[in-house]
Amino acid sequence: MSEIKSKIEKTLDNAEKLNETLNSFLTIEREYATKRAEELEISANENQSLRGVAIAVKDNICTRFSQTSCGSRILGNYQPQYNATAVEKLLDAGAIVIGKTNMDEFAMGSSNENSAFGTVKNPWDTMRVPGGSSGGSAVAVASNVVRVSLGSETGGSVRQPASFCGIVGLKPTYGRISRYGLVAFASSLDQIGIFGQTAKDVAEVLQVIAGRDKYDATTAETEVPNYAAELEKEIKGKKIGVPRALFGEGLDEEVRNSVEQAIENYRDLGAEIVDVELPNSKYSIAVYYILATAEASSNLARFDGVRYGFRAENAPKLREMYMETRSVGFGAEVKRRIMLGTYVLSSGYYEAYYAKAQKVRTLLKQDFLNAFEKCDVILTPTAPTVAFKIGEKSDDPLAMYLSDIYTASANLAGIPGISVPCGLSSEGLPIGLQLAGKNWSEDVLLNLANVYGNEFPLKAKPKLAITDYKIEQNPH
Amino acid sequence: MAITKEDIKKIAKLAHLEITEEEVALYTPQMAEIVAYVEQLNELDTENIEPAIGGLTPEGEATQTRREDVPHKSLGQELALDQAPLASHGHFRVPKVL
Repeated sequence: MSEIKSKIEKTLDNAEKLNETLNSFLTIEREYATKRAEELEISANENQSLRGVAIAVKDNICTRFSQTSCGSRILGNYQPQYNATAVEKLLDAGAIVIGKTNMDEFAMGSSNENSAFGTVKNPWDTMRVPGGSSGGSAVAVASNVVRVSLGSETGGSVRQPASFCGIVGLKPTYGRISRYGLVAFASSLDQIGIFGQTAKDVAEVLQVIAGRDKYDATTAETEVPNYAAELEKEIKGKKIGVPRALFGEGLDEEVRNSVEQAIENYRDLGAEIVDVELPNSKYSIAVYYILATAEASSNLARFDGVRYGFRAENAPKLREMYMETRSVGFGAEVKRRIMLGTYVLSSGYYEAYYAKAQKVRTLLKQDFLNAFEKCDVILTPTAPTVAFKIGEKSDDPLAMYLSDIYTASANLAGIPGISVPCGLSSEGLPIGLQLAGKNWSEDVLLNLANVYGNEFPLKAKPKLAITDYKIEQNPH
Repeated sequence: MAITKEDIKKIAKLAHLEITEEEVALYTPQMAEIVAYVEQLNELDTENIEPAIGGLTPEGEATQTRREDVPHKSLGQELALDQAPLASHGHFRVPKVL
């Protein structure tokens, strides 16, 4: 049997085996992936940078060959008529998409408990959440089924699960990766993000999918650098800003200690540590939940049972059909956010909430611009805690929202951020540090993440992971 | 501004959502807590601050998004209707409007 095909079959076996427990995949496309492996084998193009690399894709990114449910009953088994640009580029580079991953419904959540198709389990401790909303994609990588996957970010949805699962997760600059085919949640914040076992894995995928796309007017013309060339660079002289004022209330002691140790490790590697301030950062969750829900209430108006997905049967009139379709099709958190967004945009409240939040967003951006005059990157914890227990926060939406306190500000400012594993708690759960950078500085973030990962790898592996199969690195 | 059960019912209607009394009872205190939380923004004086424009980065704002007005291939009628719950004769079918 051919080499690519035998590897992909093993990967599919691994995915199926672990999925019974972890529930990270909504679909595993055995037939499609095997056929694609066969096609790749006979194609002469051996220079494809991701030739034969298995990849998992979050189920809110459109794929022609597999469902795109957004973790929602309202889209059910919707099968898109086109591939997202990011998927199309991965396929062109020789990657094989093995399936679509579980997620919080419409990417709304920080634990994956909001999926209409069951909670994803954290492979380090199956009583705990993997984080969200891209929990399925994070777990597919953490459990060693694939070494790279695509997620999406609106307010920390790649970095926070990367932190909870002990892997690398990148949210690129707004406009770096095309969103054509990414189902919209909050368009001024949404970006496709990348998970990898290492920063090098992430860099390889970013290289392929970054850049201008004529189908997404928000993608920038800014040149895409050669990320691999920067990965191993010495970090001596790099200035790392630390906003110590954010290391206070709500931050778990073990997370704080681990991140403080990481700061010392960076200092030992030659980085210069400087104090910075982000005085308005404490307002980021408030700003985020006004703007994200307002945009969501508008974006999710399109789910009306007319053009795709689920339609409530037997409603006698059009308006009733809309109402019943949406009421049955959407889950509780999505309804809550649509209603919150409708409220903040409604007549009489617009100025007090939406307009105010947009102004505070300017202040948040300004904070980062000021801080970046003194440093190259800003280091914080990725999340205030390690992975919490399933059910622990599911009845308290506000407590759940606050798990994105360190990550949401990067989405609001449009800047890139990366989560890097930096230690383990006393219970053996991974802790992540976050580096946020200037616009278009993914190369700097990946360099700093790569050097750290090489020097200070995590000292343990998840309990529930494939251990008898070494995923090969690219020879390139 | 405290959110009441009546507010929740009104908002749900505006959002084309039909919610049960049970849901109203669940959402009212939750939304009231979230709204109280976001009102902390009122501490900030933003009188002379310009609102942020969408999520656009400076480079994004400068992106040349205009293009020549030439037709290009689109999905086509058959494919566009392919995922519809109910379609016939090249159209989406819906229940009676009135």
